[in-house]
Amino acid sequence: MKAFFLRVYDIYRFALRFFQEAFIPPYEFKAIWDQFFEVGIRSLSIITLTGFITGLVFTKQSRSSLAEFGATSWLPSLMAIAIIRALAPLVTALIIAGKVGSNIGAELGSMKVTEQVDAMEVSSTNPFKFLVVSRIIATTCVVPVLASYMGLVGMLGAYLNVHTNEQTGFSLFFQSAFVRIRFLDIYVLVFKSAVYGFTIGLAGCYNGYNADQGTVGVGRAANTSVVVSMFLIFIEEMIIVQLVNSYLK
Amino acid sequence: MTDTIHKEPVIRLRNIRKRFGSLEVLKGVDLDVYKGENLVVLGRSGSGKSVLIKIIAGMLTPDTGSVTVLGEDIRSLRPRDLQALRTRIGFSFQSSALYDGMNVRANLEFPLVRNKRHLGRKEIDAAVARVLEDVGLSQTIDQMPSQLSGGQKKRIGIARTLILQPEIMLYDEPTAGLDPVTSANINELINEVQEQYNTSSVIITHDLTCAKATGDRVVMLSEGCFLRQGSFEEVFAGDDARVKDFYNYNFISTP
Repeated sequence: MKAFFLRVYDIYRFALRFFQEAFIPPYEFKAIWDQFFEVGIRSLSIITLTGFITGLVFTKQSRSSLAEFGATSWLPSLMAIAIIRALAPLVTALIIAGKVGSNIGAELGSMKVTEQVDAMEVSSTNPFKFLVVSRIIATTCVVPVLASYMGLVGMLGAYLNVHTNEQTGFSLFFQSAFVRIRFLDIYVLVFKSAVYGFTIGLAGCYNGYNADQGTVGVGRAANTSVVVSMFLIFIEEMIIVQLVNSYLK
Repeated sequence: MTDTIHKEPVIRLRNIRKRFGSLEVLKGVDLDVYKGENLVVLGRSGSGKSVLIKIIAGMLTPDTGSVTVLGEDIRSLRPRDLQALRTRIGFSFQSSALYDGMNVRANLEFPLVRNKRHLGRKEIDAAVARVLEDVGLSQTIDQMPSQLSGGQKKRIGIARTLILQPEIMLYDEPTAGLDPVTSANINELINEVQEQYNTSSVIITHDLTCAKATGDRVVMLSEGCFLRQGSFEEVFAGDDARVKDFYNYNFISTP
């Protein structure tokens, strides 16, 4: 138990150091830009595929239940609510946790155990700023963009299914879909995706940056990054949904 | 090795103690490294050699004692001043520590781009070409670290430190894991670097061949204390059983 609280305190200090170093010049703009590319562009294909399939399959599975009540016309708005409020941010975060979080954990872990982090330090470069701050900023900024993009692609998947079955036109589908969506839903999507992105970056960097015990430690860092990120993302989802719902009442 | 050693210490350690948990790794170590000399720190694995070199580079803070490098008290330096001092110190790692994601050119450019932002592309290219030529590996410029042999990685690691033209070189086990011929080449390179760049060097090793080939002065570290120091022959001329054991287990030929 003592070890658990010590670990939590250590993560808190790590996060605090991130905020301290992120706002103190010199800024690592190039490293941040490179990470935007790594996290964003390199994840586009998987986000596109999973988003489209999620929209398509979720619509297909929901149709039969709504059809029992003759309410298939509600499918567009139901899908918009499901995708924008829950599926897009959550599925994006889980995919990025698996793809990018593990990559960050393994990469930093490998750099740590092969003395590359030390080499950076003696090259008069602040490795925390160069490696950690750039990655956390990138995940925090890019995950909301990817989640918004997944929302759009998911809605296209939903449209394809609705159009195939009900021959609904493109504009009618999206008019019906967004009737129930408010700006608050978009704000919440962006906000919680940013929280998930920060969590993924922090978990990956913390585990990688503190890796030890050679290659075993690298594997453990990658694994722990994913598991901890996913666990925290679900906890955060639950808290944010509760807060938003209580605000709306 | 060189004969032009000046009695001006560029590194001065006084009463350095360092403890990790219950294990005291360094027990009040004093050391002077003079300008232009190659100082070899010999010792068994776990004797505190790497801790010592990391304290000199400011990567570890001693529990007690003072560390003065190039006239600066490392313990009292602000982070920014410590970074500035580090541009004058080269550190060659045991594992070479080349950045896996960068090719040789990018590895060599990294310290230059980070610390001398005013330099143009032509000057950077010229500096990269110069250090690669100095270590005899010009043909590897576009290769990735994974494509290099162990000896080549060591040389590129040394080249990366040389690009900032340091006044002090710190070598952590420069010949570890290398075959005898490659080790001899690295020893030669260490001596060439000293002559060409007029550096003062600290070489951490347990390889007696390396110590003999490169050391102007040798100190023997055992259980956190210096046992003996002097020339290679002087260190191993005594009757101390620990020194004799180290010699007998490591060195087949006579010194």
